[in-house]
Amino acid sequence: MRFGTVGAILAMLLFGALPAQAQGPVKIGVLVTLSGAGAVLGQQVRNGVELALKLRDGKLGGRPAELVVADDELKPGVGASRAKRLVESDHVDFVIGPIFSNILAAIFHPVTEGGAILISPNAGSSVFAGKSCSPDFFVTSYENTQIHAVLGEYAQAKGYKRAFLLAPNYQAGKDAVAGFKSRFKGEIVAEDYVPLNTVDFQADLARIAAARPDVIFTFMPGGLGVALVRQFHQSGLAEKIPFLSAFTVDESTLPAEKDAALGLYGAMTWAPNMDNPANRTFVGAYLAAYHAMPGSYAMQGYDAVQLINSALKQTGGSTADRAKLRAALHAADFASPRGKFRFNTNGYPIQDFYLVKAAKRPDGLYETEIVQKIFSDWADEYASACALK
Amino acid sequence: MPLGLLLVQALNGLELGVLLFLIAAGLTLVFGVMDVVNLAHGVQYMLGAYLAVAAATWTGSFWLGVAVAALACLVLGALLERLVFRFLVGADHLEQVLATFGLILLGEEGVKLVWGPAPLSLAMPAALAGTIPLYGGLHYPVYRLGLLGAGLAVAALLALVIGRTRTGMRLRAGATNAAMLEALGVNVERLFALVLAAGAMLAGFAGAVAAPVVAVDPGMGGPVLILAFVVIVLGGTGSIGGSFLAALLVGLTDTLGRGVLDAVLDAVLPPSAAHMAGPALASMLIYLLMAGVLAFRPGGLMPARSRT
Repeated sequence: MRFGTVGAILAMLLFGALPAQAQGPVKIGVLVTLSGAGAVLGQQVRNGVELALKLRDGKLGGRPAELVVADDELKPGVGASRAKRLVESDHVDFVIGPIFSNILAAIFHPVTEGGAILISPNAGSSVFAGKSCSPDFFVTSYENTQIHAVLGEYAQAKGYKRAFLLAPNYQAGKDAVAGFKSRFKGEIVAEDYVPLNTVDFQADLARIAAARPDVIFTFMPGGLGVALVRQFHQSGLAEKIPFLSAFTVDESTLPAEKDAALGLYGAMTWAPNMDNPANRTFVGAYLAAYHAMPGSYAMQGYDAVQLINSALKQTGGSTADRAKLRAALHAADFASPRGKFRFNTNGYPIQDFYLVKAAKRPDGLYETEIVQKIFSDWADEYASACALK
Repeated sequence: MPLGLLLVQALNGLELGVLLFLIAAGLTLVFGVMDVVNLAHGVQYMLGAYLAVAAATWTGSFWLGVAVAALACLVLGALLERLVFRFLVGADHLEQVLATFGLILLGEEGVKLVWGPAPLSLAMPAALAGTIPLYGGLHYPVYRLGLLGAGLAVAALLALVIGRTRTGMRLRAGATNAAMLEALGVNVERLFALVLAAGAMLAGFAGAVAAPVVAVDPGMGGPVLILAFVVIVLGGTGSIGGSFLAALLVGLTDTLGRGVLDAVLDAVLPPSAAHMAGPALASMLIYLLMAGVLAFRPGGLMPARSRT
């Protein structure tokens, strides 16, 4: 072996052996859906993440942060391989993602077993809240069925007797209906499952008119919701039957629904018109940067970065001590735009839930606004099945 | 099902059928006359919708928006013919699928680059913005009746052009036997260019007039593409009359079939089983219809192709 080579190897061994404390940047992978049907939601999360970083001059816990953005294309196989790449090649410390629950199922093990912390800014499957919980998994949104249960609770409390349920024919649609029924004990007039590629709801609207329910509950995300809301408005039923919807009238679809959505209800843990300093900062900065209203997806992405920042502040920027990092993350010591926020033992939040309504702002933009609080400090019902304490 | 509801559902079925016909008409000509599998037809439909939204916003008029969108799609169709489709005529169907699939990817990403991934909307024109009361407090938008009228008008126009003009005659001949037509001295290449451009325009027009009732987003072409292929195969490729009939059948089967199926299942099965079986069976109905018809008439309802 030549002297130069030996010297090089010695140098590598010497310098390689030095502990890598808060030297390099903290790397955060952002794995969301940026193409296809859910792209607008992935874009919102990405905006929220980038905004939170920008407001902190790109530093989290005093350490510069680097984002690695990846697109799961709403395909579990792609999500899993991207997740592996983030953890094994890009060596990210955290992964913020995904949007959709089927992607979460695919990336959960690759990320948590690959040594990174997974923070979901949207998907909150019940299975990871209960027996498959992990100390390396945190959720800044909610457990999936909670939103639907809020609407069921409201319908039950309002004394509605007959409900017409409308959802797309896939797992999330069925979960939505189950979530609503968990709280609403009245008569279910019909459970109408429509194909995912429905463009025309006239037939379903005719059924609703014939059935004369007291209330409609629906889960119609994305383009489906836009078509349904606009057709519902044209049908003249909006004045007669209250419309309770999950993920159907939110800031991702309101720009297309416009006035047709006014007066329709939704449920969420937050609305842009909440009056607290953290929210005013968030909404103001988002509007200035992106010229659009932030939705819950953007807020949850923003909070994911705030969470990482708060944890790194406590550990002095270090991710080396895993137990210390987990504890710091659990503390959730940051000001969320939604107000009160803390974690349950399973890494899912305990927070307030509200009934919200679509409204038009004085500046012409559309947003959801708080109507009333439905649940206070509400934990998900799967936490007791989780072994973590 | 009460009679009033049945009638409304029949109207909905007809209206869906007419919309499908508008979309399928261009596709059946391209597939029937040129024997080109044009998967990009859904993208042309989508572009028509996006261009209508853009043009209507720019000019402030819905009608101008639709006209501009249709013309732009005509030009786009001619351009695509020059750049892509003239190399696909006579090629293996798989190559055509690959090429036009590439166009789909290009179209969807391009639209997202320009307009973003969020859904857009187009307001109905003021003249057609009203509703008429129907059954059970349900209001039917006048615009949809306008759509029904537009579809019928286009069907009549196409029937006229294809049945009564020289070009139409050549189109019918091309759909029956393109090789013979070429042998008879007709400039088939120019005919194909015309067919493609016209097909693109029809698709774009369908997208533009559908825009006020559906969501305008980058994925809107996918679902209609599948339905359009079902319609043209059912009707017989290359046959406008066949497409019209098939489109109405598909629309009625889908709408009425779902309603009737739900009523029947609710009566005989427990609710949870009915709710599981109902949607699954309902989505199968139009394919069962297609399979059933093709079993007896492999060429479709009104086949254009001769068997030489």
